[in-house]
Amino acid sequence: MADFEPNCPLPLQYDRIVMAHGGGGRLMQQLLDTLVRPVFRNPVLDQNHDSAVVEINGTRLAFTTDSYVVKPLFFPGGDIGKLAVCGTLNDLAMSGAKPLYLTCSLIIEEGLPAADLQRILESMQQAASEAGVLIVTGDTKTVDRGKGDGLYINTAGIGLIGEQVNVNPSAIRPGDSIIVNSDLARHGIAVMLEREGMNFEHRIESDCADLSGLVQELLQNGIEIHCLRDLTRGGLASALIELASASRYEFELGESALPVREDVRAACDILGFDPLYIANEGCFALFVPESQTEAALSVLRRHPLGAQSLAIGRVKSACSQGRVVLQTPIGVGRVLDLFSGEQLPRIC
Amino acid sequence: MSLQKAFRDPAAAKRLSAAIAAITTRPWNIMEVCGGQTHSIIKYGIDQLLPEGVNLIHGPGCPVCVTPLEYIDKALAIAALPNVILCSFGDMLRVPGSRQDLLGLKAEGADVRIVYSPTDALEIARKHPNQEVVFFGVGFETTAPTIGLAAYQAKQSQLNNFSLLACHVRVPPVIEALLDSPDNRVQGFLGAGHVCTIMGCGEYVPLAERYRVPIVITGFEPVDVLHGLYACIKQLEEGRFEVENAYRRVVREHGNPAAQQLLRQVFEVVDRNWRGLGTIKHGGLALNDDYRDFNAERRFSVDAIATQEPVACRSGDVLKGLLKPSECSEFGVRCTPEKPLGATMVSSEGACAAYYRYRRLQHG
Repeated sequence: MADFEPNCPLPLQYDRIVMAHGGGGRLMQQLLDTLVRPVFRNPVLDQNHDSAVVEINGTRLAFTTDSYVVKPLFFPGGDIGKLAVCGTLNDLAMSGAKPLYLTCSLIIEEGLPAADLQRILESMQQAASEAGVLIVTGDTKTVDRGKGDGLYINTAGIGLIGEQVNVNPSAIRPGDSIIVNSDLARHGIAVMLEREGMNFEHRIESDCADLSGLVQELLQNGIEIHCLRDLTRGGLASALIELASASRYEFELGESALPVREDVRAACDILGFDPLYIANEGCFALFVPESQTEAALSVLRRHPLGAQSLAIGRVKSACSQGRVVLQTPIGVGRVLDLFSGEQLPRIC
Repeated sequence: MSLQKAFRDPAAAKRLSAAIAAITTRPWNIMEVCGGQTHSIIKYGIDQLLPEGVNLIHGPGCPVCVTPLEYIDKALAIAALPNVILCSFGDMLRVPGSRQDLLGLKAEGADVRIVYSPTDALEIARKHPNQEVVFFGVGFETTAPTIGLAAYQAKQSQLNNFSLLACHVRVPPVIEALLDSPDNRVQGFLGAGHVCTIMGCGEYVPLAERYRVPIVITGFEPVDVLHGLYACIKQLEEGRFEVENAYRRVVREHGNPAAQQLLRQVFEVVDRNWRGLGTIKHGGLALNDDYRDFNAERRFSVDAIATQEPVACRSGDVLKGLLKPSECSEFGVRCTPEKPLGATMVSSEGACAAYYRYRRLQHG
């Protein structure tokens, strides 16, 4: 120890894309900010929301697309087809839009059983018809065996935005309540446990669901929605950090108030994951004026997808960078930060 | 109340922090050895509940952080070979070697896989009999038995396409090295609870006696950590220096004899280079001669790789408790989790990474 030398490697730069570039964390933000946005730069893209809002002949439309590469194709609580419909419907709903039409592009790996494909397509149709939307166009490609995980699906969607609706990070105001409609991290954990073949006493099911009906209920009941964000990749923490930085406010959350089911929390503890950073597929964060908190909660709780809704925090004062402060269970404040890429399971 | 909730109970935490404040009469430097405890301390803000002058020093107990650079380079060299599947615990994949990390190599086409258990790697070897499957095993006495079991099962079933790149480290020798260091500031230790689950408490008794330091075996939830701190400060205040088990619901006096037997069967104690600390006498475990055929270093002739590490960061000072991560001039400037200068910034349990994630924005 006396002849001790501090030894460290040189810093690294990735000159190729790594998986973490798609993980919903800081590396993905960097990829978008340094490679994607500068190339396509335009005012609509710069809205930087789940959907683009475009105006055509006085009508405002929400327009979005998403690709689905989930492994395994079937998981407790859903499958890639249901996910591909609900995920895109939710992106439209987060702009306050009523979804109308979807597309469906399939990239199929040679060898996929036709019966599996049929089951997935029927699942897509079921989710679409429950939401009252039509899948009206699409595309099919096949790739050699070994070039894909059975099936990748891309869906795009358009929806109509009502006249008085302005759901956007720029509408967030100090004092707003932050509400979530269900418990956190369930989708990511359900898929991971299925993929890794880890069995618990009972299966944890994904929360995969279409939230557009729930959003329409809020709007029809006169709730003044300032902002909505669905908590997919990167989970609650990443979504709120992004919104705090876009709106330049401090958000305050109470960690004890955050709804995480006991079995999900236990799975996270075993794997060394933080549930606040794990994906949901049927959960949003809703920003409403404080005066409307109770009204919003009562509308939400009347709907099956909002039965567990609760207020988890609020928007505080402006701050230069925007930040999210979590009050830990033992009463200490801690600032949440983006993960670099994906969470990796810990050694011990 | 579930077990988990009970050990994160705010009321219990407040009671313990008040009890700590009540017995503390002067400043103390206490080291939590284990990275899991560091993570918990920073995540829950436990250090902010302590009286003025009680200083927590984050020790060298993150296996990812202390794995020497040459072993990352060996793993990279093996993974780059054709026909090799390299399996590893997740958080080793982002640790930079001298030129890249395993995730970067994976992006270039290497077959690198995350497994949750070394025995999963055995399954992969059985499924791919025409490929070489290598498990990159690091960690303290906690993980060593699982890797030992994989080696044992591979030998029993003559699974000859499986081998281990094993670089294990032991806690007692590093505590001894820290206490022997002329600039040692540590007055009491929180012992690593899960290491003691395997090894028991006995090997710490000579250390506590010889160096006159209390060693309190401690768990990982906020209430566990506070309980350990209370017991450690109480001993310091009373001038006692005993090995105390404050994690009785998990740790038995003699540990896990079956796991210890397996360790003796598969490994031998060796001197080991710890990243940031240099060579620690008896500080490691390596596969013994009976298992030489399953030693990936021999099989792939990478035992000659010895990496000269550039002097670029002060993680050694952090690991020794001479420097808080946020006191380092590179912290958050040239050194971030995306571009770590040192491994303490890479692993989620590294002290620098914990500070970066949970503290960097605190005073914005």
